[in-house]
Amino acid sequence: MISALSSLNSSTSARRRVLPGFHLALGFTVLYLSLIVLLPLSALVFKTLTMSWDAFWNTVSSPRVLAAYRLTFGASLVAAMINAVFGTVLAWVLVRYDFPGKRLLDALIDLPFALPTAVAGIALTALYAPNGWIGSLLAPYDIKVAFTPLGVAVALVFIGLPFVVRTLQPVLEESERELEEAAACLGATRLQTFTQVIFPTILPALLTGFALAFARSLGEYGSVIFIAGNMPMVSEIVPLLIVTKLEQYDYAGATAIAVVMLAASFAMLLTINLLQAWVRNHGRKETT
Amino acid sequence: MTPAVPALDADPVRFEPVFAPAATTEPRWVRALLITIALAFALLFLLIPLAVVFTEALRKGWSAYLAAIVDEDARSAIRLTLMTAAIAVPANLVFGVAASWAITKFEFFGKNLLLTLIDLPFSVSPVISGLIYVLLFGAHGWFGAWLMEHDIQILFAVPGIVLATVFVTFPFVARELIPLMQSQGTEEEEAALVLGASGWRIFWHVTLPNIKWGLLYGVILCNARAMGEFGAVSVVSGHIRGETNTMPLQVEILYNEYNFAAAFAVASLLALLALATLALKTFVEWRASAESAALRTGESS
Repeated sequence: MISALSSLNSSTSARRRVLPGFHLALGFTVLYLSLIVLLPLSALVFKTLTMSWDAFWNTVSSPRVLAAYRLTFGASLVAAMINAVFGTVLAWVLVRYDFPGKRLLDALIDLPFALPTAVAGIALTALYAPNGWIGSLLAPYDIKVAFTPLGVAVALVFIGLPFVVRTLQPVLEESERELEEAAACLGATRLQTFTQVIFPTILPALLTGFALAFARSLGEYGSVIFIAGNMPMVSEIVPLLIVTKLEQYDYAGATAIAVVMLAASFAMLLTINLLQAWVRNHGRKETT
Repeated sequence: MTPAVPALDADPVRFEPVFAPAATTEPRWVRALLITIALAFALLFLLIPLAVVFTEALRKGWSAYLAAIVDEDARSAIRLTLMTAAIAVPANLVFGVAASWAITKFEFFGKNLLLTLIDLPFSVSPVISGLIYVLLFGAHGWFGAWLMEHDIQILFAVPGIVLATVFVTFPFVARELIPLMQSQGTEEEEAALVLGASGWRIFWHVTLPNIKWGLLYGVILCNARAMGEFGAVSVVSGHIRGETNTMPLQVEILYNEYNFAAAFAVASLLALLALATLALKTFVEWRASAESAALRTGESS
C-alpha cells in the first residue's frame, strides 16, 4: 500500500501534467466550489463583521442561547458516548461473529444516513410519546422521553450510530489476528488480550467515530425538533434558535449564533483530521 | 502503543494455528451476550423506528393512505422533490468527476486546502446551509435589492431550494471518487495517451469503467440526501403549500397540523426511498468487491 502510494507520487511528480484536461477540470472545480460554497459562506462572515462586538456578544451569551448550547453540547456528548459503547459492540459482532441476519443488520446500520431526518424525527416522536410503543412502556415508571432533553439525546443516538460502526469496522477487519494469537500464547486471558492488545489498536478509530458522531449531532435539526418539544431554556437546541431568529427577521442574531456553531464545527473538523492522521500512522507503525 | 509481543509478521511463512479458534475468540456465552446486545440495540434504534413509520401510515387503512399520497399538495411536493434531485445530483456528479480528475491525476499547489474545502459542507449544520443563502438572496442580503429590481425570486422559491440542496449534497460524489481514483493511479490513462487516445476517449473508455461502481455509490448517497434534506431546505423554502414544499417539508406541515396519518403516509414514501437506497448500496458494494476480487485472482494466476 505504502510502496504503491510512493511510486504513484514519484511517477506523477516526475512526469507531471502529461494527461489532458488539467486546466478545464481544476478551473471548473474552483469556480463551482467558489460559487456554491465559498461565496455563500463568506456572506456569513461579512454579515458578522457588520455587527458591533457588544451586539454580537450580547446575542451569543444571552441566557436562552446559553441554555441551548448546554442542551446541544450535553445531549450530543451523551449520545456520542452511548454510540461509542454500543457502536463498538455492533462493529465487533459484525466483523467477528456469524449469526443469522448478519448481512441484513450490516445493511441496516446505514439507515440513519439514508432515512430523511424529518421522517426519523416523527417516527421517534411517535415511538417515545406517552401513548407510543416505547413511551407507554416507560410511562408507568414516570420516565418521559419525548418532549424532554432525554428525547433530544435519543434522536442524536439514532443519527450518530453509523459514524462509530462504519469507522470501527474496517479497522477491526484489518487488525491482525496474529497479535491476539501471540498474546494468547504468552498466557494472556481473552479479556487481557482485548484490553491490552485489541483496544489500543482500535482506540484512534473509536475516538474518530465518536468525534464524527458528536460533530454531526451539534448541527442536527430535522430529527430533533419533533421529539424535543422545543421549550425555551429547557429543550430548545441551537439550530432551532437560529431558525427562530430568522423567522423573527433577526438576521444579525441568527448569524451571530450560526458563527459560534460554525466555529465549534470547524474545531471538531480539525480534531477529526488530527485523529484520522493518528489512525493512519497507527496502522502504518504496525504494518512495518 | 504497540503491544509488547513479538512481531510474527517478520516470519514469511504463516502457520495456521490448530487451536486458533479457542485462543482468539470469546467463550460461547460472551458471544451470545454481545450478539444479543447488538441485536437489541439495532432493534430499538433502527428497526422499530422504521416499522413505526409504516404502521402509523396505515393506521387508518389503505384507502386513507392512498388518499393522502394522491392529495394535490402531496403530489406537488413529490414533483418538487424529484425535480430538485434531478438538478442537484447531475450538477454535483459533474463537479465530483472534474474535482477528482484534477486532484488525483495531477500535482498542484494547494491540493490539501482544496480537499478540505470540498468536505466543508458536511461540517456545516443544515440550518446554517440555509441561512447563508438567506443572507445572499434575502430582501436585505447582498443580491436582495438587485434581484428585487429585476423581479427575480430565488429565496422562498424553487431556485433557492435547489441551491440549498446542491450545497448540502456537494461533497458526496467527489469524496467517493477521490480515494478510489487515488488508489488506481495514472498508469492506465498514460498508456492510453501513448497509444494515441484523446482526452475524452481516455475518460470514457479507461477511467469511467474503472470508477463506475464508486461513481454510482456516490450518486446513490447524493440522491438520498438531496431528496431527504430538511433543515437547509426548510430555511429557504418559505413553506408555500403546493409551490415550495418538498416531501420532507410536507411531512412537517401535515404533522404540525396533527394530520398524523397523512404525515406518515408521505413519510413512508421517503422511508421506502431510504430502503431502496440501502438495497442499491449493498448491491453496488457487492458488485464492486466481486469485481476487484476477480481482478485480483486474474492478476495472480
